[in-house]
Amino acid sequence: MDQNELRSIVEAERSERRPVQVRVCTASACLASRSREVAGRLRAAAEGAGLGDRVDVREVGCLRLCSEGPLVKVEPEGVLYERVGVDQADSIVGAIGGGTAEARVGDLSEPFFARQLPIVLENSGAVEPERIASYLAAGGYGQLRRVLREMTPQQVVEAITRSGIRGRGGAGYPTGLKWATVAKMPPGRKFVVCNADEGDPGAFMDRSVLESDPQRVLEGMAIAGYAVGADQGYVYLRGEHPLTIRRLRLAIDQARRLGVLGSGIFDSPFNFRIDLRIGAGAYVCGEETALMASIEGRRGTPHPRPPYPAQSGLWGSPTLINNVETLANIPAIVREGADRFAAIGTASSKGTKVFALAGNVRRSGLVEVPMGTSLRTIVEEIGGGAPEGRSIKAVQTGGPSGGCIPAAHLDTPVDYESLKALGSIMGSGGMIVMDDRADMVDVARYFMEFCRDESCGKCIPCRAGTVQLHRMLVRIRDGQATRDELHRLEGLCEMVRHASLCGLGQAAPSPVLSTLRFFREEYESRLIGG
Amino acid sequence: MNAPTTAVGQDEASPGTHPSGDERFARIDEAMQKHAFEQDALIEVLHAAQEHFGYLRTDLLHYIAHGLKLPSSRVYGVATFYHLFTLAPRGEHTCVVCTGTACYVRGVDRLLAAIEAESGALPGQTTPDGRITLEVARCVGACGIAPVVVFDGNVEGGQTEDSTLDRIRKWDHHGSE
Amino acid sequence: MSVHTLRIDEKDVSARAGQTILEAARENGIAIPTLCHLEGLSNVGACRLCLVEVAAVGGGTRLMAACVTAAAEEMVIQTDTERLREYRKMIVELLFAERNHVCSVCVANNHCELQDMAVAQGVDHVRYDYLEPTCGVDLSHQRFGLDHNRCILCTRCVRACDEVEGAHTWDVSGRGTLSRVVADLNTPWGASETCTSCGKCVMACPTGALFHQGSTVSEMIHERTRLSFLVDAREKKQWNA
Repeated sequence: MDQNELRSIVEAERSERRPVQVRVCTASACLASRSREVAGRLRAAAEGAGLGDRVDVREVGCLRLCSEGPLVKVEPEGVLYERVGVDQADSIVGAIGGGTAEARVGDLSEPFFARQLPIVLENSGAVEPERIASYLAAGGYGQLRRVLREMTPQQVVEAITRSGIRGRGGAGYPTGLKWATVAKMPPGRKFVVCNADEGDPGAFMDRSVLESDPQRVLEGMAIAGYAVGADQGYVYLRGEHPLTIRRLRLAIDQARRLGVLGSGIFDSPFNFRIDLRIGAGAYVCGEETALMASIEGRRGTPHPRPPYPAQSGLWGSPTLINNVETLANIPAIVREGADRFAAIGTASSKGTKVFALAGNVRRSGLVEVPMGTSLRTIVEEIGGGAPEGRSIKAVQTGGPSGGCIPAAHLDTPVDYESLKALGSIMGSGGMIVMDDRADMVDVARYFMEFCRDESCGKCIPCRAGTVQLHRMLVRIRDGQATRDELHRLEGLCEMVRHASLCGLGQAAPSPVLSTLRFFREEYESRLIGG
Repeated sequence: MNAPTTAVGQDEASPGTHPSGDERFARIDEAMQKHAFEQDALIEVLHAAQEHFGYLRTDLLHYIAHGLKLPSSRVYGVATFYHLFTLAPRGEHTCVVCTGTACYVRGVDRLLAAIEAESGALPGQTTPDGRITLEVARCVGACGIAPVVVFDGNVEGGQTEDSTLDRIRKWDHHGSE
Repeated sequence: MSVHTLRIDEKDVSARAGQTILEAARENGIAIPTLCHLEGLSNVGACRLCLVEVAAVGGGTRLMAACVTAAAEEMVIQTDTERLREYRKMIVELLFAERNHVCSVCVANNHCELQDMAVAQGVDHVRYDYLEPTCGVDLSHQRFGLDHNRCILCTRCVRACDEVEGAHTWDVSGRGTLSRVVADLNTPWGASETCTSCGKCVMACPTGALFHQGSTVSEMIHERTRLSFLVDAREKKQWNA
């Protein structure tokens, strides 16, 4: 596609836009609350009111406040309606251009929205995920074009390095360093893989990004491909999420048809093809060596590193593996410049982080805040704190590989190092609030059961160790364990943590160790003989 | 070797002429052709087979192993490694209870126990009358509206014991709707 | 060919480029325990018994599996620290607890690598729950038998069948602690379409899980070196090496 074609698509998209846009959230949670029916009724209502030529009803991605869905936002008035019922459609259309609808109006100035800083989510709830023209009109693929015309691959790698961005998948490895390693491997077959196997229970950030703004991730992948010298990309998606699969498949088809993916992109010599690979229900496939085994059609069992994927990955070729959120940051970094990106966040953690806030909290949904924002700001201000009459006991981050941070540490800034110092991890961004009803021993047991069931079975510490750890935790929870058993639990945790083959096993004891650290009395008070 | 069926290879019969006359085999052939019979497409092909047949019968695994020229034990190993693949037929209706952290924190344990008591099936099982398959999901990613249950593919949030049992009883009393 | 010098257990040793820590150690008479490793087969680093402590750049040590980690210049390695001994003991105990290992009635009694490992690691009791899973015994093959009660999932049989015999009759099904070694499509061994009855899997087995039919207690002696003999013959054209 050349510049003129792109311009004409963008112009057509802009000129067809009607003065009023009614945006209906069609991400997973709102869809589950029948938002698509709401959209249909809104359309009918607009037609019925003779506003067909003034009002556009658009099905957009996540509007973020999932607990209050279905969400509908009217622009340019900037009115957000919450818990919209199909019977409220007429009233909402009636209120366009002045007037009050008989629907609950959300307050966009409240902290849930006001304290957020959307970069990854900047298009979320604004562009239509099933129409590439909508993404193009929002400036989409402009950064890929710029990179291809104005920058050398080395300059792109340098920009990403200078931005200071670290992997958003959990471990926080510097993204620029990873790109540089793959770029420096001798020319030949190389791959870019988008790890969209978001498996932590309680995490739905990546899924929301893909359901809301899928083209952004594809653009990030293409930029990565140019920077490291790869011409083939794979998105590894969970099989559990049919909507995400459908939207991404559609997005790839549309991008390919327009020529923003494929051969000779933007009249440059750069070729880049993206294929989908659908997982089939194995948490361990989020681990990069297991993920590659799965892409190659094998059992998703990890293999020891080194060799790292950057040196020897898919089919033995150098492979860049980045998570969805990392890749979704790339177009913004290129557009705004590395320095502006690096100005956000803390000294060691740059940019923003998207969290999926859920659990015992008043407002659940997607939250994007600068790195370094305190946990308190996220759960108390943005999330509104615990439900009526309850108090926050702990915040769980990092899923089964993370830990529980007690309320006393809520002033901790969220950055990779601070969370690690508390025995948890940033993780991919699931954040579950637990109130005073939570039984922390049972929380540890819950995560251990998860790890036991998701262990691939290849290495003995993880396969046989998680089974035993789970049984010990059940006995402790039920008051059937002695102090000896608690010591055995701690000893086995240490071994599984250090001797397991991959990250799943190594991190499986983390929820136990973290609850032992902060809520030890809950374990000890149940031991036989005190 | 006495394979019950022969996969359609490059120089063999064309799609749709499977000896059993079951044209769904042609869908598996298409999936294999789309990936040029590459062995690394195994998981994609298993997805296609399960989509069209509902579950992975032993003869399908055999057929796919021959089509992709893979050891059959490897095909079996892959099909049993991933939990979305099922080697047994499912019930008429499926009830998938999300056991993700947000749902756990919001009491999904009690919900699941109520469903087990009502249906008499444990997670992974189908009721003896073949009507309902009960499953648990790790996390369906709709944590903002926890607890979540997926009834026949439809995600429903904010579930209570009453609302969930109502849905299941409807299946019991009104047949498939 | 370049050579590296490294230090294993306070002893300076040399290793050819590409050699693993395990190979370098064994060549120099330093024993590192292994179960999933077998001469002549590829390495998977799964049993974790060969973990050694490698001095890390920033201080402290890293645990690395000796069978899959290449020996490198100036590496400083400890193979027998108190921590490693404790971990190895735990791993062996976990194996005994996982399936139903009853040495006194086992065909491989006194010829069993798991049993030897327990003795070597000083395992005199098991601190964990015996899981007592229900495991099948496949006696459908005319000459061989498979007793899942004694399987430790080392996958040596899978690799021997795939890499040495080339039949790939065996693979692993399921996952986690429910993993099982299976022939073909979970077919009874005797009905397998691919098995050549060569017996290489039986040679490779470290325990009494794979055995000759008709063996009674303590009679099953595995000829494990036959596999490396075959591989050397095929790859290096060396016989009786």
